[in-house]
Amino acid sequence: MTPVFYILAALTLAGGLAAVTLRNTVHCALALTVAFAGLALLFLQLGAQFAGFAQILVYVGAVAILVVFAILLTRTSDAPETGVFSKTWLTGLVIAAAVFAVLGWAVLRTAPMLPQSSPASAVTVQQIGTALMGRYVLPLEIVALLLTAALIGAVIVAMHEKEDAK
Amino acid sequence: MTPLAGYLLVAALLFAIGLAGALTRRNAILVLIGIELMLNAANLNLIAFWRYGPHPEALTGMMFAIFSIAVAAAEAAVGLGLVISIHRHTKTVDLDQINRMKG
Repeated sequence: MTPVFYILAALTLAGGLAAVTLRNTVHCALALTVAFAGLALLFLQLGAQFAGFAQILVYVGAVAILVVFAILLTRTSDAPETGVFSKTWLTGLVIAAAVFAVLGWAVLRTAPMLPQSSPASAVTVQQIGTALMGRYVLPLEIVALLLTAALIGAVIVAMHEKEDAK
Repeated sequence: MTPLAGYLLVAALLFAIGLAGALTRRNAILVLIGIELMLNAANLNLIAFWRYGPHPEALTGMMFAIFSIAVAAAEAAVGLGLVISIHRHTKTVDLDQINRMKG
């Protein structure tokens, strides 16, 4: 447990907490970007360079921008006067707390049995590429198909309909 | 506490934060943000288990996380497209007011 881990964990959790609690939705999107960047740094801290940079490219670069676009297109940045939390917020909070209690209990209970630390294995991008083209080539093709389908689907769903088409 | 337990606790806390956001916010976009946080917490678990597992050279957890990132990106695109489409029909993204599926 290095101090770097604690700093990154605090950054990520603070970003995530701000992303779900702030009133202005644009601020929420910015806090979400902080949380994504903190997670990418945690990946780098774990020695997963490729996953860390993929996280920065996909989440900080694409998903955060997409969220900001959606917020601006729906003009919901101002908090409604009825409040930002749902009518059943207490139930949701209790469920989330119960889920965290179960997960934390499971982790702390099994903590002595977890592996201590293994020698850091330097995984190069070349190894990842070889694995993607060899053992994982079928999942790679399926993901390519899924991304194409999602691209077309998102465009069709969000495309402006003609008025007489309804 | 072992390093792996620390990462797992952070992931569990982030998952709970995302779940709380998804269950308590009124804005549909904020619910999607909560779901994204939950997916990312799962990715952190996968990477942490890959790093501290017995065979990191097999790359299994790393590949799982990379594919999970790709699927989550597709989910975000379709989800936000749906939110924009719903907003065009009902002029609101308040989930307490969206209470029917008919357009």
